[in-house]
Amino acid sequence: MTAALEIRELHKNFGALQVTRDVNLTLDRGARHALIGPNGAGKTTLVNLITGVLKPTSGKVLLDGEDITALSQAKRSRRGIARTFQINQLFRGLTVLENLYLAIGERTRACNRLWRPAGAEGAVIEEAMVHLESLKLADDALKLVRELPYGRQRLVEIAIALAQRPRVLLLDEPAAGVPSSESHLILDVVGALDPDIAILIIEHDMDVVFRFAKQITVLVAGAVLTQGLPQEIIADPRVRAVYLGAEADRETRHG
Amino acid sequence: MAETNPAMAEAAAPSSSATGGMSAQRARAIAFMTNRHHLSWLETIPWVLAIAAYFIFPDRMTFGTQTLIMVLFALSLDLILGFAGIVTLGHAAFFGVGAYTVALLASRYGWGEPITALLASAAAAAVVGFASGWLLLRYRGLSLLVLTLSTTIMLQEIGNLFPTITGGYDGIPGLQISPLFGVFQYDLYSHTNYLYCLAVLFVLFFMVRRIVNSPFGEALAGIRENVARMHAIGSPVHGRLVAVYTIAAAIAGVAGALFAQTNAYVTLGVFDFENSAGVMVMLALGGAGRLYGAFAGAVIYMVLQDYLAKMSPAFWQFGIGLLLVFTVMFARRGLFGVLEDARRLLRRGTP
Repeated sequence: MTAALEIRELHKNFGALQVTRDVNLTLDRGARHALIGPNGAGKTTLVNLITGVLKPTSGKVLLDGEDITALSQAKRSRRGIARTFQINQLFRGLTVLENLYLAIGERTRACNRLWRPAGAEGAVIEEAMVHLESLKLADDALKLVRELPYGRQRLVEIAIALAQRPRVLLLDEPAAGVPSSESHLILDVVGALDPDIAILIIEHDMDVVFRFAKQITVLVAGAVLTQGLPQEIIADPRVRAVYLGAEADRETRHG
Repeated sequence: MAETNPAMAEAAAPSSSATGGMSAQRARAIAFMTNRHHLSWLETIPWVLAIAAYFIFPDRMTFGTQTLIMVLFALSLDLILGFAGIVTLGHAAFFGVGAYTVALLASRYGWGEPITALLASAAAAAVVGFASGWLLLRYRGLSLLVLTLSTTIMLQEIGNLFPTITGGYDGIPGLQISPLFGVFQYDLYSHTNYLYCLAVLFVLFFMVRRIVNSPFGEALAGIRENVARMHAIGSPVHGRLVAVYTIAAAIAGVAGALFAQTNAYVTLGVFDFENSAGVMVMLALGGAGRLYGAFAGAVIYMVLQDYLAKMSPAFWQFGIGLLLVFTVMFARRGLFGVLEDARRLLRRGTP
C-alpha cells in the first residue's frame, strides 16, 4: 500500500541555518501521527514544507506515491492536503458561512463563476452548513468570524480544513490559545475525525498526544530524534532528556 | 431576480432527500447569501438623482458628463481596491490607453463610430491590464504601488517618444466622433454626451455589481481578507487577481474612451499621476468596497474641485487635501462608512 504522505530526506536551509535536516516521515492512510519537540525544533517549518508554503533545499514530498515537491501550495491543497494554522488564518471580516463557502467553492471550482449570484450555489451552501452542523457551529453561521470567541474561531479553522475534503490533514496545535475549559471541545472534534484521513498533529500537551497518536515523531533542532509507538517514545531516555531539558530551560528563563 | 427561484429549488433538493426537509438554519444561510444580491430601493437614489440633474442643471451637462466618467473610473478602481484589496497608484494607465485608443482610431483611421470605439478601447485596456497584471500582481503592498506607478509613467513616456502618432504633450485635438447610433448629434451643452455616459455607466455598474456578488466576487473578498488562507484552500490567487485586474482595466479603458469622445481631445496628461491619485482620493472619500462609494466619492470630488477652483484657481487641491485628511482621521471608511455607522446607531436607538 502506498503511503498517503511520504517525506524523503527533506532538508531546508535559510542561509547557513539548517531548520530541517534529513527528515523522513511516512503517514499511512488513516494515520494518527503526532509531531512533538521543543520550541524551535522546526515543527511548523515541516508543515510549511509539506504544504508548499516553503520549498525544500533538497528532498521530496510524495502524496499517494506521487512527487508533489514542485507543486505550488494551492495545487497541493487541491490534491488533498489541508492544514490548520497555529495562529488563526481566517477571513475575519466575513461570516462563518462565507469562510466555509470559500473552502468548498474553491475545491469545487464554483468560485470560477463570475456571472451567477453567490447565493445561487445552493450545493455549496448546503455542504457548508453540513460541516458547520457537524462541528456545532451552525448557530454562528451568519456571525462575522471576528465576533466569535477564540475557541470557536479555532473550530472554524478545523471546519475549513475539513471542507477541503483532505486525504492528509496537518493540525498545527489545534487547541493553542484556547482556555483549558474549552480545549476539550476542540480535542473531541479532533478525536472524532474521519478515520480515513491521515492526520499529523503538532501538539505540546502530552496527554493529548498520548490519547490521540498511534505514532510519534520527535523533532529536535530540525532533525528527527526518534520515531515510534507512544510507549516506545515515553520510555526513551533521550526524549525525556530533551523534554526535561527544554522544560528546565523554560523554567529558568521565566524565573 | 429570476435566477434565484431555480437556485432555491436546486438547493432544497439534496437536503430534503437527506433530512426530509431543509432545516431552518440552512434556509437562513441560503437566504443570507441570496438576499445580498437583491436590489434595494435605496439603490435607485443615485440614478434618480443623475436623471434629475439632467433636468435641473441643463447648462451644466459638460461638467455632469465629466463627473459620470469619473464615477465609472472610480468604480473600476473599487472593483480591484475595494473588493480584491489590490492597491495601485497606476490606474490612470488604463484610462489613458482607452482614451488613446479612441483618439488614434479617430485621427489615424477615421474610425469615429463611438460604440465600437468603446469596445476597442475596452479590449486594448484589457490587454494592457492582463499583461501588466500578470507580471505585477505577484507583488503586494509598497512594491506593487511603485511598480504600478512606474508602469503608468513608462506608458506615458512611450507615448512621448512618438509625438507624430500621439501628439506628445500637445495631444490630439479635434477628434471626429460620429453621431451616436448614426443619429444623435453632440450639442454644445453635452446633453447627448451626458445621457450617453449615464447609459454606459448604468450597464457597466450592474455588470460590476453582478461580478462582486458572484462566487468569484466572494473569492476576491477572501483574497482581500486573508491571502495566506486562500493559498491554503487551493485558490488560484494569482489567476483570480489577474482576471479582476483585466476586467477593471477594461472598465477604466471605457472611462478613458468616454473622456476622449466627449472632449474630442486627448493629451498624454491622461497618464498623469494626478489622475491615478485623484481616483484613489475619490474612492477614499466615498468609501471603498461598496460600489456606491465610487458614485458618492467622484461626485464630492468633482463638485468640490469645481467650486474650489472657481474660488481659488491655484490652490483648489489644498481644499481637497484637507477634506482627505479629515476623512482619513475621522471617517476611515469614507462617506458610506459614516452612513453605515449612523444607521447602526439609529437602529440601536429605536427599540
